[in-house]
Amino acid sequence: MRLHYQKRKLANYVALTVSVGSAAFGIIFLFWILKDVFTFGFAALNVDFFTQVSAPPGESGGGMAHAILGTLTITVLATAFGVPAGILAGTYLSEYGRKSKTASVVRFVSDILVSAPSIVIGVFVYAILVKPFGGFSAIAGAVALAIIMLPVVVRTAEEMLKLVPDATREAALALGAPHWKVTVSVVYRGALRGIVTGIMLAVARVSGETAPLLFTSFNNSFWNFNLTEPTATLTVTIFNYAMGPYEDWHQMAWGAALLITATVLLVTIISRIIVRGRAG
Amino acid sequence: MSDNLKENSGGLEVSTSGADGYVSLSARRQSSGKLADAVFKGVSYAFALSVILLMALVFIVLVKESWLSIKAFGFSFVYTSVWDPVAQEFGALPSIYGTIVSSIIAIVIAVPISLGIAIFLTEMAPKRLKGPIGTAIELLASIPSIIYGMWGLFVFAPFLSEYVEPFLIDYFGFLPLFTGAPLGIGMLPAGFILAIMIIPFISSVSRDIFQMVPSILKESGYGVGATKWEVIWKIVLPYTRSGVIGAVILGLGRALGETMAVTFLIGNAQEIKLSLLDPATSISATLANEFTEAVEDLYLSSLVELGLILFVITFVVLALAKLLIARFSYKGGNL
Repeated sequence: MRLHYQKRKLANYVALTVSVGSAAFGIIFLFWILKDVFTFGFAALNVDFFTQVSAPPGESGGGMAHAILGTLTITVLATAFGVPAGILAGTYLSEYGRKSKTASVVRFVSDILVSAPSIVIGVFVYAILVKPFGGFSAIAGAVALAIIMLPVVVRTAEEMLKLVPDATREAALALGAPHWKVTVSVVYRGALRGIVTGIMLAVARVSGETAPLLFTSFNNSFWNFNLTEPTATLTVTIFNYAMGPYEDWHQMAWGAALLITATVLLVTIISRIIVRGRAG
Repeated sequence: MSDNLKENSGGLEVSTSGADGYVSLSARRQSSGKLADAVFKGVSYAFALSVILLMALVFIVLVKESWLSIKAFGFSFVYTSVWDPVAQEFGALPSIYGTIVSSIIAIVIAVPISLGIAIFLTEMAPKRLKGPIGTAIELLASIPSIIYGMWGLFVFAPFLSEYVEPFLIDYFGFLPLFTGAPLGIGMLPAGFILAIMIIPFISSVSRDIFQMVPSILKESGYGVGATKWEVIWKIVLPYTRSGVIGAVILGLGRALGETMAVTFLIGNAQEIKLSLLDPATSISATLANEFTEAVEDLYLSSLVELGLILFVITFVVLALAKLLIARFSYKGGNL
């Protein structure tokens, strides 16, 4: 009897230790990765990094300014394509479709697209925008990112709009406001903070994407201000530099990695604080 | 909220100077409101439909672009293992094999750890630690996959080849799975990095599902003298089984399609080797490495067909996950 009791206690102890250990495992990797990105990355950052374009292969120096601009351009364009479309589709789900058949199919498809392999989206955009129009372009990259963003925005917008109580909608309708006006000036306003947070997260996520850009915006070693030309991005440049043979390139890649990681983490943490402030 | 309403009703006030004026104004307002309503509803409906259309379009375009390869190789594309761009002969088996095996490795490593984390967060952690630790784990999910890949190549691969793989070869080398040279890149390192990447997904979905176990069930377990572990093993896990399986399959779906981290670490060799330490390839790695180099139509078409296969596999896997999790009315979109 005593032995049985001790065995149960032991099993309990072992299992609980294992689960504390797994939490520690996850956190160790987070800090390990961050530590390396920050230490190697800081070593690579200097004024040239933010002001120069890349140096020819094998030569030292140069910077990532063109890639920073490229990432900004493509991300802003993707946001401009993806966010309005996503919010409107989310509006349909929360304000009109609700429990209809169409709405549930849209939800199902969005949830699958959220996790769909991003490289396949790259192949898709290559087939519709790069091959027929004869070349890689910033626009193609932006479209690929917008497609990746769309389902995330749809689902977040819907979730956030649903948090606005129906009584509020009914109150506005009872005052004689048309449905669209209720949606735009009551529901949107009530859900604004949540929607903005969701958009921030979606933008952060796509700004770190690489795979869909490989065959759409491709790469470029120089400044490019033409949206129909191949455009460098931080992520694709990291890929090329890290795979390359030169120590200098690896340095630059770490610098770019730091820039991307710090931005994405910062945005993620800020939006979490905003959401928490709302809940509390 | 009440502020919004007040401001809003301000815009809706109508002139009440004369009864006739009121009626005509409100009638005009009503008809223009109706039109605007119809337009707004129509536009939002169109964008909602565009999501479905997009999914269909991706599928159609991929089939159309890979038609050349489908015609040339037929079903043998899936089960032959020669990938020779020079001879224009393409078989997808090494890529498919690599995708599946690296994802299985990831799942085998990630599932126990993720469940451990979810149990820790729901049943054990003091309230003060729950938030920060949960957030830290979820931050792992927000790190871009290229960072995982680069860190894996420069930091983790040397670590593996120095400390972990020699150990595996020495002590488990009698198994065909752990033979060969300790390169630090190959199937096992790729699977391991994938595991770290999917742990946040599986653990946060399982945590949400664990939280849905009614506390009366757990309390009745504790009431008859069960230990914490017994409550978890005999009450929480059976109650949440289908949701947890859904969470695991969701993680699998992520792992199957992951590209950059795998491309850095898998070694990019179009071969099927039993040893997990040898370089291999996956569908996504093949695409990332070869797509921009493919100039011949058949080569390009074969690569697109690889993409199509990946799309179909992940679609099936994710749909399955969604159906299983839906039974727990999990509200998606937390990550």
